[in-house]
Amino acid sequence: MSAICLYFQVHQPYRIKKYRVFDIGNDHNYFDSPDGSRLSNKDVLQKVARKSYLPTNQVILELLKKHPEFKVAYSLSGVVMEQLEEYAPDALASFQELVATGRVELLSETYYHSLSYIFSKDEFKAQVKLHSQMIKRLFKKIPKVFRNTELIYKNELGQDLEAMGYEGILAEGADHVLEWRSPNFIYKPVGTQNIGLMLKNYRLSDDIAFRFSNPGWTEFPLTAPKFARWVSAFNGSGDIINLFMDYETFGEHQWEDTGIFEFLRHLPQELLRHRDNYFVTPSQALKKLPKVAELNFPNFVSWADVERDISAWLGNSMQDDAAAKLYALESAVLKSRDQKLISDWRRLTTSDHFYYMCTKWFSDGDVHKYFNPYDSPYEAFIAYANVLQDVKLRLEKLHKTK
Amino acid sequence: MPIKVLMFGWELPPCNSGGLGTACYGLSQALANQNVDITFVLPQRVNVKADFMRLVFADIQGFNWPDFSPYASFKYLPKNFPPEMARDLFSAVNLYAKRAADIAKKYNYDIIHSHDWLCFPAGIVAQQVSSKPLVTHVHATEFDRGGGQGINPMVYAVEKMGMDKSEAIMPVSNFTKNIILKHYQIDSAKINVVHNGINPEEYVNQIDESNPLDALKKAGYKIVLFLGRLTMQKGPDYFLKAAARSLEYYPKTVFLVVGSGDMENQMINLAVQLGISDKVLFAGFLRGQMLNQAFRAADLFVMPSVSEPFGMTALESVATGTPAIISKQSGVSETLGHVLKADFWDVDEMTNQIVSVLNYPSLHKSLKENGKEESKNVSWQAAASKTINVYKKVLGRKKK
Repeated sequence: MSAICLYFQVHQPYRIKKYRVFDIGNDHNYFDSPDGSRLSNKDVLQKVARKSYLPTNQVILELLKKHPEFKVAYSLSGVVMEQLEEYAPDALASFQELVATGRVELLSETYYHSLSYIFSKDEFKAQVKLHSQMIKRLFKKIPKVFRNTELIYKNELGQDLEAMGYEGILAEGADHVLEWRSPNFIYKPVGTQNIGLMLKNYRLSDDIAFRFSNPGWTEFPLTAPKFARWVSAFNGSGDIINLFMDYETFGEHQWEDTGIFEFLRHLPQELLRHRDNYFVTPSQALKKLPKVAELNFPNFVSWADVERDISAWLGNSMQDDAAAKLYALESAVLKSRDQKLISDWRRLTTSDHFYYMCTKWFSDGDVHKYFNPYDSPYEAFIAYANVLQDVKLRLEKLHKTK
Repeated sequence: MPIKVLMFGWELPPCNSGGLGTACYGLSQALANQNVDITFVLPQRVNVKADFMRLVFADIQGFNWPDFSPYASFKYLPKNFPPEMARDLFSAVNLYAKRAADIAKKYNYDIIHSHDWLCFPAGIVAQQVSSKPLVTHVHATEFDRGGGQGINPMVYAVEKMGMDKSEAIMPVSNFTKNIILKHYQIDSAKINVVHNGINPEEYVNQIDESNPLDALKKAGYKIVLFLGRLTMQKGPDYFLKAAARSLEYYPKTVFLVVGSGDMENQMINLAVQLGISDKVLFAGFLRGQMLNQAFRAADLFVMPSVSEPFGMTALESVATGTPAIISKQSGVSETLGHVLKADFWDVDEMTNQIVSVLNYPSLHKSLKENGKEESKNVSWQAAASKTINVYKKVLGRKKK
């Protein structure tokens, strides 16, 4: 018997506008790029809603109606929910409709899709709480399974989440951690009792997310029957196949004309054709399946790049500088009790800002460039660093008036 | 068998007034390195050392370097020349072409390679005399030199004739290729972009024991460098305007202007008008060691060119380890990603970038390290390989 767990990540950051040296001290609206700009959050969100969220939700809803066995999980970041409410309420309503079927699980994460766990556990916990409150308000649910930003994970996070009352956590099934082991089982984080660890089967997940429309791939074109055969081949050698990917895979990273929606539409019936396959949500998997062994993640692992580490967000001098300056302001910002200032500062914790500053593959023009709305990592850094200076000035001003 | 090339140039370093000579030297050296046999022709006998190729001097009379700099504008040319000698740039170009006939008969070669309009007539004459194919190299067009202020129709006519008569055209960038397509009505199949380059090994372990600019740096000043002819094309006025804006946000900066040209007095006056004359240093034209010291001392290099076919100085700066802000209207911006880019007219954006590089050491460090690494790929060896492919294509030889 092999369980299949589908989980989709839904996230859009608040991109910083082109914020220049002249703006410091004068303009405190950091995220309001004009319509038509590549940095316009409203434009990006409405485009993604139109191309991806709405049509994909429609397919998922049909599948839920057609196959009573079908189940799926989502994690929506707080900042994407906020933007859906403001810019695309119809898309938010369609997510609510999915959740109302009772067969869609929502996961927990940091509201701001941040790297806060790496820098400040207090801020991390605060952002997790904010996220849960948002999920409760919009969906009337209390998430029990956690996924950290970009599947960033190490042992200590598993232990902390157990203490916070979570049943499970998602992580990348990275080769250098698994070695000879299979990602297709539930594991236990080092130093925990009850919490379960679910690992992404990155080969199968990335076949859909990255390779689906690549004509240079030997398996191109990928069809639902072919993919279902690959999944079924694990029967007897694994308990669960975790297919984790960005939701924008459908319609945005892989455009409609690649056939991605047809693929998705046919996938459940092809998977269910094999009688041993069945769908689970993360919570169900954790209840049902045994934890086969303890798995040691001494260092941070993520789902990004070939390195599967955190070097997409941190490690170059601009990223480290920006992060250090950001978190140096944490306690002063939180103490200010200025809600706008706190919210602005927290929006700056979103991991995407650091991803945009990544120089690793910049000249090769690969995925980093594709996903970067700025002309270069340097432009991204300049806007960010200038904004931080303004935040600092606002803090100084508050102190003077008190 | 090595390919034998008869190459017509106008200048070579150290007797050069700008990038044309540097580019001809770098490319020839790399071509020789890749087994190309070069006979390099110069209009007049000068003291140039280049033992990797055969140097031939056309010995035209009245030609007096640097009066006939490829960048000279006609009104500034010396007047009192004997009539049988080159009186102006045009008669020098024509005399050069006349001498090219004898030279073309004397040497043995497979292909003729002419650099810029000054050498196009010489190349065409050699082509007629020898019936060997002509390829032309375009380092700049009249549309760049004019800086948007109109063109000299006679120069344009020579440029167009050279391009029409050549079997392949090598512009130094896509930027220049597009100008050729737009203004010269040339079939794009004939055009092969060959970006300029550097010799990366020349930029290893460059350390100054002492640098004349050390005193400024010790006093805590940042140095922002402009390096180029002071002409409309290079945009020195935009540099000074950005300097004035930047000083409002980062007062402890000196803006160093290296180069000379017909806008020199105008630039000094502009610095005074902008009230920043105490923060602008006009160093004049520098070469060799002093030029390198300027690059190394600078915290930032700015190239605000209005129209820049390539922009060697930006590449040299980045290779030296000095971050650069370069105009989007430049060829070099096609080869470098780890630099900051701005439209030449966007003084605000240039200011934002200048102040940011000075304010944020981590930005400076990233640009410096990544830029230096990236510059290694933009080499003369790469340019030579592309050039040889063009030769082979023209000669009908297939790649092995």
